Amino acid sequence: MKLKLTSMALAGALAGVMAAAPAMAELVFPSLSYRTGPYAANGIPFADGYADYMTLLNERDGGIGEEPVRLLECETGYNTQKGVECYEATKGEGALVYQPLSTGITYQLIPKATADGIPVHSMGYGRTSAANGKVFEWVFNYPANYWDGASIAVKHLLDVNSGDLNGKKIALVYHNSAYGKEPIRTLEELSKKHGFELSLVPVDHPGQEQKSQWLQIRRERPDYVVMWGWGVMNQVAVQEAANIRFPMENFIGVWWSGSETDVLPAGDAANGYKALALANPGGDYAIYEDLDKFVYSTGKAAGAGDQWKTVGYNRGLYAAMLAAEAAKEAQKIHSTKALTPAQMRDGMEALEMTEDRMAGLGMANFGPEFKVTCENHGGSGVGKVAQWDASAKEWKLISDWIESDKDVIQPLIDEDSAAYAAESNITERCN
Amino acid sequence: MPEQLLFAMEVTLNGLMAGVMYSLVALGFVLIFKASGIFNYAQGVMALFAALTLVGIMDGQVPFSHLINAIFGTEVHNFGWHVPAFLAILLTMVVMVGFAWAVNRFVLRHLVNQEPIILFMATIGLAYFLEGFGDLMWGSDIKKLDVGLPQGINTAIDDVTFNLLGYGFFIDNLDIVATVIAIILVTLLVLFSQYTKQGRALRAVADDHQAALSVGISLNMIWVLVWSIAGFVALVAGIMWGAKSGVQFSLSLIALKALPVLMLGGFTSIPGAIVGGLIIGVGEKLFEFIVGPMVGGATENWFAYVLALLFLVFRPQGLFGEKIIERV
Repeated sequence: MKLKLTSMALAGALAGVMAAAPAMAELVFPSLSYRTGPYAANGIPFADGYADYMTLLNERDGGIGEEPVRLLECETGYNTQKGVECYEATKGEGALVYQPLSTGITYQLIPKATADGIPVHSMGYGRTSAANGKVFEWVFNYPANYWDGASIAVKHLLDVNSGDLNGKKIALVYHNSAYGKEPIRTLEELSKKHGFELSLVPVDHPGQEQKSQWLQIRRERPDYVVMWGWGVMNQVAVQEAANIRFPMENFIGVWWSGSETDVLPAGDAANGYKALALANPGGDYAIYEDLDKFVYSTGKAAGAGDQWKTVGYNRGLYAAMLAAEAAKEAQKIHSTKALTPAQMRDGMEALEMTEDRMAGLGMANFGPEFKVTCENHGGSGVGKVAQWDASAKEWKLISDWIESDKDVIQPLIDEDSAAYAAESNITERCN
Repeated sequence: MPEQLLFAMEVTLNGLMAGVMYSLVALGFVLIFKASGIFNYAQGVMALFAALTLVGIMDGQVPFSHLINAIFGTEVHNFGWHVPAFLAILLTMVVMVGFAWAVNRFVLRHLVNQEPIILFMATIGLAYFLEGFGDLMWGSDIKKLDVGLPQGINTAIDDVTFNLLGYGFFIDNLDIVATVIAIILVTLLVLFSQYTKQGRALRAVADDHQAALSVGISLNMIWVLVWSIAGFVALVAGIMWGAKSGVQFSLSLIALKALPVLMLGGFTSIPGAIVGGLIIGVGEKLFEFIVGPMVGGATENWFAYVLALLFLVFRPQGLFGEKIIERV
């Protein structure tokens, strides 16, 4: 009996101590990933990169500002409905920012996350006009958006044509979905400005059969083909382009059509294919030494641990790095380690990525310099052009950062965001 | 000859070739449905699994390496050898026969005399199991499939048509190979079902299960046999489609291309699968060529089903399907 009383007293004292101690808070970052289904080959590298960066922060730095990071991974299968279910299932866990990695899911989450007061970061995808922070308070798409991508591709083509595209034919081969249709309006405006003829060639999901589309391209003989593809559509398009002997150096994909998996199945035939780059490819960065030491060598790598240094993996790393840096900004602004989603949003809106900052993170020249403001949630809107070297099996950068044509894009962003503001009864902010 | 007519001829030829590719997938469905009345939802995933296994064997990949490494802390990924394509195809067939045996032993045997819808549901479960199993066994990255099949424009046809008509037709070498393989495959299947003991037993089971059982035909043997043949057809389809896009999980979606072919050609006819494939292939390609530009393109996916639906309205059993007679 005496022993029992002593035990109870000890347990009571311990419970008291635990109650008095400050709760160990966590910074929760959901990862809406797709490791299964037809788009898994694209989803896995991104999810691994995102997870490994967060693991690195925990293992090397004890988290962000010494606050541990908790990654909440939820499988969407690139399915919009499942993505929304993931959001609903995880938002109550203190989720700080959602990166849906799907334009369809992003469109669904914009009104929900806005109502719930949780930021969404659709890096290089999603609703383009979300770059207008005056209307989209909770949505960010820095460092570049789809319309920037369309403009960067055209600017590159201007560069290789001594600044003149007048009379040239450009075909847009696109995934027949909300994602694939995003650049059409911009390209139409750019065709008026630069005098090139634009033809539209849609490809239905999933894009396994594209014979009609490439026969059309063979008949119409465009000078250039720009591609807005995803998943198997990319691999088949590259193969079909090679089949009809379309010159690969005249075939350029958006950054979602420019990973190793998009070109490897076509083998040597893919040599010379170009794609835009949101962040640099390859593994020649100091951060990879840390990843090796703290994540890979310790067996804590996400997935099979075989994706690092790929384009998709680097993009996941980059997205996680931007999320972590925004969290640091938020901690600084609000003088607190534990963050709320609203504080995280403030951090995202105050984010400034400079070359010095990236170098300090072991990611020198990894991505572009940009500054987020209340008005501009879209970043600097720049991208590079990379070209596939089939013999070396690697992407090689063939341009520096190319700025998009803001004279064309900004009015489109203003127009689209104003329409959204009107239909959603949103009053512009940042005044 | 008017340019548009030449283009239409080229589209028609390519439609025929695409139709053959659809037929290769549809054949697997027909074989199993004919012998057992089961609509095998897993046929597309079987093509994926067969292609994954083929690439894995060719590249000397260690099966379940991710799982093995996670459990034992090892770093094994590859045996370090490369298996020639022909041998790898044979070994893959051994795996597919093993799969057929397992399906019969662990699934079908327990569902004898169940409603067709129950069997259909079982194949849905099988499809998802096989997809996950394939992922676990071989990984989910995209794999290049190279069994030496030629790809790209056939220059001979290009040159001949250019000299004759002033416009060179595009025909993909891979499609020509697929057509030849489909012809051989169908011939072999017809010969097998007409002139071998097992083939006749298979037809007997297809006609009447009870009667076949009463004359001593083993239902288990027939089901293993037919699932093995369907596995072989899946392997052929997986090789053809995988050569185009690489072997990846979206390969299982090629089944969607086979459904309108089955609706049109009938679920029980091998020639129906071929003719249905050709009609769907030509129909969807010509529709896209003629009507597509007027409606914004991307019509093929839905038009194939509309075409099949039209045939269904007038001939519910499909072009070559057995007429359904219910006696009351």
